Amino acid sequence: MSRDSAASAPGEPGDRQGWPVSPSGRTSRFGRLIDGGLLLQDGVQGSPVLRLFARWVRRPLLPVMRLWRRNIQLRVVAATLVMSLGVVLLLGFVVIGQVRNGLLDAKEKAAQIQATGGFKVAQENAANGRGAGGGAANGGMGKQNSSLWRNDLVTQLSSGGQSAFHVVALAAGSDAGPGRAPRASGYVEGLKSVPSELRTRVDRADGAYQSFSRIVYTENGPDPVAGLVIGKRLPDINNDPYQLYYLFPLTQEEKSLSLVKGTLATAGLFVVVLLGAIAWLVVRQVVTPVRMAAGIAERLSAGRLQERMKVTGEDDIARLGEAFNKMAQNLQLKIQQLEDLSRMQRRFVSDVSHELRTPLTTVRMAADVIHEARVDFDPVTGRSAELLADQLDRFESLLADLLEISRFDAGAAALEAEPTDLRDVVRRVVGGAEPLAEAKGGRIRVVGDAQPVVAEADARRVERVLRNLVVNAVEHGDGKDVVVRLGAAGGAVAVAVRDYGVGLKPGEATRVFNRFWRADPARARTTGGTGLGLSIALEDARLHGGWLQAWGEPGGGSQFRLTLPRTADEALRGSPIPLEPKDSRRNRGLHEAGLAGGEQGKQATVPAQPVSERAPVAVPPTASSVLVTPPSADPTALPGSGARVVPRQVGPPEVLTGGGAVTGAAAGAVTESATEAVAPDASTGGIEEQVEAEPEVRAVSAPAEEESTRGR
Amino acid sequence: MKGRVLVVDDDTALAEMLGIVLRGEGFEPSFVADGDKALAAFRETKPDLVLLDLMLPGRDGIEVCRLIRAESGVPIVMLTAKSDTVDVVVGLESGADDYIVKPFKPKELVARIRARLRRSEEPAPEQLAIGDLLIDVAGHSVKRDGQSIALTPLEFDLLVALARKPWQVFTREVLLEQVWGYRHAADTRLVNVHVQRLRSKVEKDPERPEIVVTVRGVGYKAGPS
Repeated sequence: MSRDSAASAPGEPGDRQGWPVSPSGRTSRFGRLIDGGLLLQDGVQGSPVLRLFARWVRRPLLPVMRLWRRNIQLRVVAATLVMSLGVVLLLGFVVIGQVRNGLLDAKEKAAQIQATGGFKVAQENAANGRGAGGGAANGGMGKQNSSLWRNDLVTQLSSGGQSAFHVVALAAGSDAGPGRAPRASGYVEGLKSVPSELRTRVDRADGAYQSFSRIVYTENGPDPVAGLVIGKRLPDINNDPYQLYYLFPLTQEEKSLSLVKGTLATAGLFVVVLLGAIAWLVVRQVVTPVRMAAGIAERLSAGRLQERMKVTGEDDIARLGEAFNKMAQNLQLKIQQLEDLSRMQRRFVSDVSHELRTPLTTVRMAADVIHEARVDFDPVTGRSAELLADQLDRFESLLADLLEISRFDAGAAALEAEPTDLRDVVRRVVGGAEPLAEAKGGRIRVVGDAQPVVAEADARRVERVLRNLVVNAVEHGDGKDVVVRLGAAGGAVAVAVRDYGVGLKPGEATRVFNRFWRADPARARTTGGTGLGLSIALEDARLHGGWLQAWGEPGGGSQFRLTLPRTADEALRGSPIPLEPKDSRRNRGLHEAGLAGGEQGKQATVPAQPVSERAPVAVPPTASSVLVTPPSADPTALPGSGARVVPRQVGPPEVLTGGGAVTGAAAGAVTESATEAVAPDASTGGIEEQVEAEPEVRAVSAPAEEESTRGR
Repeated sequence: MKGRVLVVDDDTALAEMLGIVLRGEGFEPSFVADGDKALAAFRETKPDLVLLDLMLPGRDGIEVCRLIRAESGVPIVMLTAKSDTVDVVVGLESGADDYIVKPFKPKELVARIRARLRRSEEPAPEQLAIGDLLIDVAGHSVKRDGQSIALTPLEFDLLVALARKPWQVFTREVLLEQVWGYRHAADTRLVNVHVQRLRSKVEKDPERPEIVVTVRGVGYKAGPS
């Protein structure tokens, strides 16, 4: 790129995008999530109601989220609570399972023994009954007996159990003849209480079967309870099969189990709460010193270097405290040393200043006396006297500049800002430089001094800066006019000094501020500058919180721009005057292109390939996109030696928005043969009104420039 | 024209050179190299102007300046190698009328000295009023309600310059030219310091000046009488 870096910075889109634009980087992750989701939804249905809702939901959550992000204690306690709750729940389930299994096993065994005994009794009872009434028993009589017998049997069997078990006799299979109605002890609803699955199993084979079930009672009885049912198919006195069931209610076991559950739940709750409290306490022990360290670190960084942590004991926290204190101590020591060094440096500068200046004064006065009397000398001595006086001048200004710069380096320079009208300063400077300009054959024109340009500034320093810039411009201006331009906008004022001399080679715009840098060592200097002028000027600008930037193109002159904040404590965001002047070759090219794009000053139309039928592509009509033009668009590098020829399509140009347009155009579409070119507005007369334009662009691009300036 | 100049400087070479230049310009220089002896020499020679180096063995220049100012309004021009704000302001506040930074050109020095001495040439009888002050230009006195206020010649000149044109706002540069005799704009700190000093003497409340009013961003003007 042939432009200087300071000027081309606004042309690089990357620079500008790199500048933080987002108002705050501290939206919560949750919030972003919602935003993202909403964006999606917006894309689909575009509902503002949803967005409103999300905002409404998010707002009360924000402080909580922030607390969560910022409070490690809260996080640890919450995590402890969640994890201990999980452990307690797991433990509870295991313990309860164990207890239930144990209880049921014991109950099952007892029930089986009871049932087996009962079945045996029933069998014997039936066999006895068959033996007793064997001959007489036949027909309906036997059936009647069977019914009665079963009643008796159930009563008999259940009599020993009380509420510990119930006995139910059911008909086998689907046999449901008379006298086969279910019989049950203790208000049990036999058919409902015995699961049908168990009944089919009992029917299918011999042997005792068991199953868990719900024991249902008749209306008069108690509520249904869980129970164990053991059943067996037995022959009755008529040798007909029937089903005899023992029902063991698990009331007791359930009670025991719920007691265990309750106990466990209580214990678990206590454990969880206690663990939470313990975690809180433990974390507090660790977090408190950390917070203290953070607070003290903040105070240290705020400059209260004597702040120390309180250290008690010898544990890790105490070690942290000790290490922290040691760090603070060393820091304080180092800062003290640096301060001492700086003070010594300042003293040294001051002393050197005095020690050098006193003899220099004597020499100076002696030389002047000799110089005054040179007419009485022979030519050789007279010329020597002249040389002596001249070089003493140079030596003096060099010494003064050196001392000034070392004062900046030592941080001893102080700003004495007060409201100053820069127009007065400019007038004084221009008045002082006019004789030099006349000697060179040019003039100094001041532009933009219609209104007051007031800023809080140190007039002495600003005058020094401007004098330097103007004298430089005159000196390097090749006898052409120098334009001093004033501008004020927003919170900033600016003075730009434009010359049309040799300009700056690529990269020189950053180097001009280097100490003792000279554009061309071979070039004669009429005023014999020290080579420190611009360095001092830059420091003066910085002292004001302002910028001093340079732009230049080879052979096209250069522009130096001083931007100062309107009030001393304000930060600069942009400059009222663009760093690259409107009459630079590139801007002339763009301006001309903009006219071709249909009278919109900032719109640059770029040519399409004449052969293709594509519509002409236009750059979006913001000046920022004009500046996006790639660096390769240096006029000198293009055909037509700078005057960029921009053809106009016959039809009305269609404006397309798209960043790629410029790149494509600049890459290949600049052709001289293509249609008419609008004459460039090369006169400098159009400058004044242009100064007022495009504030946004400057505001955005200026910080990037500033960065490049600071980089030196 | 009277031209006794007391040079207080410890650097003998410079003092001698100053002597050569001053004699060449028609002044009568006398020399003292030690701060402690400066006051005695001052009383003895009764100079019309004192050239005072800031850095001196014994009493330093600031102290000497204060002592001389305590008993006389004779113009004091400081020679200083330090152009730092603090040094200059301290020097001016201790009572110096003007200062000149080393290295200086002989002509510059002579111009300053002449500017300081020129004041003693006869002024026309003139009565001025500024605020509630009455100024007798010829009699070199300032009175408030019959009470006279002691001002150094420079402070008096400053007050007179303001009082002569109460309608005009004086920029610091204009005051430098009129009161100090600078042809080119120089350090406006001179003006600031002397205005402060003048206010401390003539204002009832120096925090809220009524005689010498600041016009923000421009300069000073005389208060309404």
